[in-house]
Amino acid sequence: MATDAPPPEAGAAPGPVQPSTEAFVAEQQSAEFAELRRAHRSFAFPLTIAFIIWYLLYVLLSNYAGGFMGTKVIGNINVAFVFGLAQFLTTFLIAWFYSRHAAAKLDPKAEAIKSRMEADV
Amino acid sequence: MSPVLVPLAAAASTTEHRPLIITLFAVFVAATLAITVWAGRQTKNASDFYAGGRQFTAFQNGLAVSGDYMSAASFLGIAGAIALFGYDGFLYSIGFLVAWLVALLLVAEPLRNSGRYTMGDVLAYRMRQRPVRTAAGASTIVVSIFYLLAQMAGAGVLVSLLLGITTDAGKILIVALVGVLMIVYVTIGGMKGTTWVQMVKAVLLIAGALLMTFLVLLKFHFNVSDLLGSAAEKSGKGAAFLEPGLKYGVNGTSKLDFLSLGIALVLGTAGLPHILIRFYTVPTAKAARKSVNWAIGIIGAFYLMTIALGFGAAALVGPAAIKAQNPAGNTAAPQLAEYLGGGVGTTGGATLLAVISAVAFATILAVVAGLTLASSSSFAHDIYANVIRKGKATEKEEMRAARWATVFIGAVAILLGAFARDMNVAGLVALAFAVAASANLPTILYSLFWKRFTTQGALWSIYGGLFSSVFLVLFSPVVSGNPKTSMFKGVDFHWFPLENPGLISIPLGFLLGWIGSLLSKEEPDRGKYAELEVKSLTGIGAH
Repeated sequence: MATDAPPPEAGAAPGPVQPSTEAFVAEQQSAEFAELRRAHRSFAFPLTIAFIIWYLLYVLLSNYAGGFMGTKVIGNINVAFVFGLAQFLTTFLIAWFYSRHAAAKLDPKAEAIKSRMEADV
Repeated sequence: MSPVLVPLAAAASTTEHRPLIITLFAVFVAATLAITVWAGRQTKNASDFYAGGRQFTAFQNGLAVSGDYMSAASFLGIAGAIALFGYDGFLYSIGFLVAWLVALLLVAEPLRNSGRYTMGDVLAYRMRQRPVRTAAGASTIVVSIFYLLAQMAGAGVLVSLLLGITTDAGKILIVALVGVLMIVYVTIGGMKGTTWVQMVKAVLLIAGALLMTFLVLLKFHFNVSDLLGSAAEKSGKGAAFLEPGLKYGVNGTSKLDFLSLGIALVLGTAGLPHILIRFYTVPTAKAARKSVNWAIGIIGAFYLMTIALGFGAAALVGPAAIKAQNPAGNTAAPQLAEYLGGGVGTTGGATLLAVISAVAFATILAVVAGLTLASSSSFAHDIYANVIRKGKATEKEEMRAARWATVFIGAVAILLGAFARDMNVAGLVALAFAVAASANLPTILYSLFWKRFTTQGALWSIYGGLFSSVFLVLFSPVVSGNPKTSMFKGVDFHWFPLENPGLISIPLGFLLGWIGSLLSKEEPDRGKYAELEVKSLTGIGAH
């Protein structure tokens, strides 16, 4: 781990393989790593923005559109409840969706880079 | 809580069944102490103490994360907020859950890959170590103390309800007992002991919530609409009880408070140090991801049940009876348990009350242990080992520092806990979320994803977010000015109108991190950023 100080347990158990800073810089600029970064960011960033907007929409509607949120849907269950439950549902779905993406698109790329760099040390 | 407000009937019934309640508490305490001693025997080095040896499975950690996260705020606080304010209380459940997506998509895996023991490991990775670690340690400790305050308030409330202890001295004694227990858990059991206590607690809490949900729904023949209708009727507020706005819709200011709370909840989780260090207890980033998924499932199921608990308490116990017991509603869940068991004064009622209260007590102890561990780890690893001893401390010295810090933080929590008894516990925890989202989240995200981020940016962001949020809370109605729920009654020095500072302090934290970096004379360390970025996405060199 890169701190000013050596890690406290240096010299005790053998730590994980640590490539040099130059190797990290070279890797950061490689096309393969750029691909991994893109696969993560192009998925995680827009999705984060989307679910935050969706959540804020719910908060703002609760605040400023009380009449609409109070509209009854079935029995005593109103739009506000349906909206709240929809937030639960989308949270579960996004978690599942991201995990599927990570397993298919991120893990293999990350693993390939990791093994290659470890072999180079 | 004033002794005058405690209904005599409740006090009489609880004193009658005191032996049962005390036995259940004692069984839980004894079982968790046994786990702690067992875990303590297996805690040999720093990695065991801080990270539980990194050998927990994703499911175990998911359970422990849930146990760490579902605090007195989730159980006592949300049920109470819903019981008193109807739909507005439900925002907590939604915000607390949606917030996990930030942790899942952006924080958990990179943190697991690039850190070692504390949140400070990641915050300080690219930066000059000493100033940034000091800042990270300070914000970890402040966030944890806010959070502890809420748990201690919950503990005080529970015990006065259960044991009929209404004197201040008695309550402080109980808060002190909780403090001593948490010191024992953490100093002896470290992360291993804490993790197992949290797993046990998560199972107990889910079981307790399931049982109560089932009993509530049974009363209404599994018709949720009837449950809501009867809650609305009993509340005296009619349909408004089921709509947003009862607490926060009063005027423009309270609406802004709602927005502030909403933002703090959704952005706070991924900046909570006691949650973040849990990701170090699993071997890989993939396992960290899976543990978040388990946690989302478990926590989500629990928060769905808060609908039944909160509206059930409103419908069956009624807001008036709850307020009489605790003006902030913190006793709604235990009072509901008493009703479901057969009512005040019956053996069944007292038994279920005792069981559910023991669950709540377990909930508090497990969370308190997690918080204490996070703050003492950060003191020992960030401040003592890396700042004071400049990295020259041995592992033994570092662990000894962690244990002493635990004792100190325990003492602070006990002292502060004496003041916070009449606030809604969920509201108090939301303050910790606001501080975490203002001081920690911006630096975590900038560190991981923005190449131009500098030491100055990190310091401005951490200290700016930390001071602004704490300062605003200090001059908010939480501390003074509200005769019923303020921490200090009878004085009024508040000028900030909102209870939750997130609306101002979170954007400020992000802004300061950005401006601080742009105005920095120092160039960002490209080499360190390359290390951090490659490590965080691939896991190479991960501990």
